[in-house]
Amino acid sequence: MTLDELPLDGQATVTSLDSSGVERRRLMDLGLLPGIVVRAEMKSPLGDPTAYLVRGSVIVLRRSQAQGIHIERSAGRGR
Amino acid sequence: MSADLPMPISRAAGAVDASAGRACGSCAVFNVANLEKLGVHTGDSDFVIALAGNPNTGKSTVFNALTGLRQHVGNWPGTTVVRAEGGYRHQGDAYKVIDLPGTYSLLSTSSDEHAACDFLLFGDPDVTVVVVDATRLERNLNLVLQILQITDRVVVALNLMDEAGRHGITIDTRHLSRELGVPVTPMSARRGDGVPDLLEAVAQVAHGRTATKARSTQKLGPAVERAVQTLAGQLTSEFPGLANSRWVALRLLEGDENTERAVRDGSLGDVERQHTARQRAFATQGGSAP
Ligand SMILES: Nc1nc2c(ncn2[C@@H]2O[C@H](COP(=O)(O)OP(=O)(O)OP(=O)(O)O)[C@@H](O)[C@H]2O)c(=O)[nH]1
Ligand SMILES: [Mg+2]
Repeated sequence: MTLDELPLDGQATVTSLDSSGVERRRLMDLGLLPGIVVRAEMKSPLGDPTAYLVRGSVIVLRRSQAQGIHIERSAGRGR
Repeated sequence: MSADLPMPISRAAGAVDASAGRACGSCAVFNVANLEKLGVHTGDSDFVIALAGNPNTGKSTVFNALTGLRQHVGNWPGTTVVRAEGGYRHQGDAYKVIDLPGTYSLLSTSSDEHAACDFLLFGDPDVTVVVVDATRLERNLNLVLQILQITDRVVVALNLMDEAGRHGITIDTRHLSRELGVPVTPMSARRGDGVPDLLEAVAQVAHGRTATKARSTQKLGPAVERAVQTLAGQLTSEFPGLANSRWVALRLLEGDENTERAVRDGSLGDVERQHTARQRAFATQGGSAP
């Protein structure tokens, strides 16, 4: 499953990133790397972009970016 | 550099406290032995101190506490967009302080972050103070480790300790300091707590009295190491006085397009000249609230 499929308030663990080069580096610098827990915080009306809580900060990703981030759902809801 | 790169929008907890936006110059007056705030009148300085860190970690609040200036402070990232300069005198030495915009990385910068990176890489500060958010240490250590790859003249200012305390977070600063190989000083800059320890740590590093040994996160294989050395040598003969030629060499080997462009069109040299010129001129400018 990829991050764009995570419903609002859902929580998941990042398993891998598809992107490469500067885009991959940027995601990792913003805290998105394998093993990190993310939560879908806010969706714009059309669901693109979506805001995610990552390591205590809110990060906004376009759907195309979220599609390149593989996740595993975890049970937790809420912070 | 690409405008499309994602940016965090806010401090998640987002609890906007009533005093947010108040400059430190107006809060509790605290007496710090040996601190004379020089405002913008830095004149000739003995040492140049860069204040770096992720967005919204309190860099400008620390800057105000040190210089007595009132750099704009706000509870959202991106409050500081251009760098400000100010000064203070401590134990007889004049320090010039540069308040930089926040940045998450030296490697993948958005346009806002670019100026901060340029200064950290090529401005050749005597000491880089990395202001980190104690409530988001894991996130903040990414930049700390990247800065430790380019210099070991670093002090980590572990700010927002008051907020960390409220969240029940305690931090073993001595252990952290040992792991990083540089001094770590806990502080709550908005209340002025921890300023004397920070001044002392900065003085120690500036004078080379503290033996810092930055933790290395990069072990290069012998082939890569040879390539880096060759390239770094060529870079310094092309751009004499270039700081961090090894770092530039690594970016070139990674195929980083921006670095390639800067080398090809010679603007890498411009960055370097600009900073050298700036260091020499030592104009007394900047540092006022917008
Ligand atoms: N509780 C608490 N708040 C602080 C402390 N230091 C700074 N702040 C607050 O944190 C917020 C950000 O402070 P700034 O000094 O503007 O942060 P900055 O790192 O310069 O931000 P950018 O320039 O946007 O990167 C403000 O609301 C400050 O009042 C502190 O020690 N404790
Ligand atoms: Mg600032």
